[in-house]
Amino acid sequence: MTPDEIFQDRIDRGIKIEPKDYMPEGYRKTLIRQISQHAHSEIVGQLPEGNWITRAPSLRRKAILLAKVQDEAGHGLYLYSAAETLGVSRDQMIADLHSGKAKYSSIFNYPTLTWADIGAIGWLVDGAAIINQIALCRCSYGPYARAMVRICKEESFHQRQGYEILLTLCRGTKEQKAMAQDALNRWWWPSLMMFGPHDSESPHAEQSTKWKIKIVSNDGLRQKFVDQTVPQGEYLGLTFPDPKLKWNAVRGHYDFGEIDWQEFKNVIQGNGPCNRDRLRARIEAHEQGAWVREAAMAYAKKHENKAAA
Amino acid sequence: MRLGDNALILSQRLGEWCGHGPVLEEDIALTNVALDLLGQARLWLGYAGELTGRDEDQIAFLRDAGEFRNVLLVEQPNGDFAHTMARQFFFDLWHRLLLEKLSASKDERIGGIAAKALKEVAYHRRRSTDWILRLGDGTEESHARMQQAADDLWMYTGELFEMDALDKEMQQAGIGCDLAALREPWLNEVSRVFREGTLEVPKQSWMQRGGKRGIHSENLGHILAEMQFLQRAYPGAKW
Repeated sequence: MTPDEIFQDRIDRGIKIEPKDYMPEGYRKTLIRQISQHAHSEIVGQLPEGNWITRAPSLRRKAILLAKVQDEAGHGLYLYSAAETLGVSRDQMIADLHSGKAKYSSIFNYPTLTWADIGAIGWLVDGAAIINQIALCRCSYGPYARAMVRICKEESFHQRQGYEILLTLCRGTKEQKAMAQDALNRWWWPSLMMFGPHDSESPHAEQSTKWKIKIVSNDGLRQKFVDQTVPQGEYLGLTFPDPKLKWNAVRGHYDFGEIDWQEFKNVIQGNGPCNRDRLRARIEAHEQGAWVREAAMAYAKKHENKAAA
Repeated sequence: MRLGDNALILSQRLGEWCGHGPVLEEDIALTNVALDLLGQARLWLGYAGELTGRDEDQIAFLRDAGEFRNVLLVEQPNGDFAHTMARQFFFDLWHRLLLEKLSASKDERIGGIAAKALKEVAYHRRRSTDWILRLGDGTEESHARMQQAADDLWMYTGELFEMDALDKEMQQAGIGCDLAALREPWLNEVSRVFREGTLEVPKQSWMQRGGKRGIHSENLGHILAEMQFLQRAYPGAKW
């Protein structure tokens, strides 16, 4: 057997691939792309939520939101570490993000306009992310699969807190309920887009499935999300912004309308409402932090020299 | 109330850094300190609320600037990372000394909260001390920025040690402590760390004051406008 065949055989038998094992270059590159994109999403995702930390409506909500955003930065940290096991540095990954070469989840290119959006992000965006990530806990690359197990535990807490924000709003005043409905109207379709294009349109799907980097198809995950989320929305007393959304007893699933793929493509290409702001904020933080990082390195070097002398 | 307001306003300032830190690890650490301080603020304000018949949110969100009792230092803007760290360092050293004394307070609740907070603040102090050293003794640029930050904020440190009538009353009752007596150990430690970090202790002696009496800088009004927005815009709503 060739090395590639041995590799595929291990994957087929469900043996995890570890950093020092042989892997085809395409497998390594695909994983770097996917894990770094996931890490960048955690980091950029801090911005829309951070937008409401200083305006959270109660001290309890502020504490929960701070803890959540801190978790996300932590997820970014161990995802970068997982990607580093594949031979790419964090500096390189960050440079690729800033140059636009690497992507992050497009969902964070939508603005958080009201407090209800913080609820919607937890309920819908984290809810969609969990569905994706639970599948990835079984992926073939060991460090990534283990990172996912850890992340999933925290994400389910994030989703619950988001739902609880909306539940409180829906049981509150007329204005609060309208705020919740407006958030659902704006976040529903972008959340469905998080699962990516139809499988027939997905460029890497077949190879990734063979390598067990992709476990369930985009459309399969999307259906699961819709089936899980619609009853939760009905319990809130909210209306989904999709006239075609309907339970299909024959299929045993909800039917739903077609995603606006024009919008999807445009947001990915940089034309979303916040693409420029998000990237600029990250680049500014990095550039304005350069002198701090340099100082820390210079200090460490001086003291290393002193210790050696 | 003063302790709660200090922790609340500093936490609010640190929360502004979220997603904008100089390196990912620092983003996490800044949020962590913000979260600790917010937790402490909730304990202090919760206790103050029990004594005055209000809940923590009414105290935090429904008072205007003149009713806030935090020191001027904590409401100063984040500025660059050196300013944020100088503010934190001056505050952490004082905060630790104060909490050490208060953990022996005759008021058991105050003693308990102080003892709990002390563990967190010991870590805050180690971290801000490390940054004073790194930035002071790092590069030429970081040294200049750190010195500038220390010089800019120095005039807000005097208020930390001011004893007013209420402080004296609390001290006599064995509930509070002698803030003026904290000045010497505080200054010794600032001097030691600054020497090691090749920085100069600012010489200027004129000190700004007023926060403890509700006379604040222009900053506080803006902080509150942001922090209190939802509670003010939707009176009576539950969140």
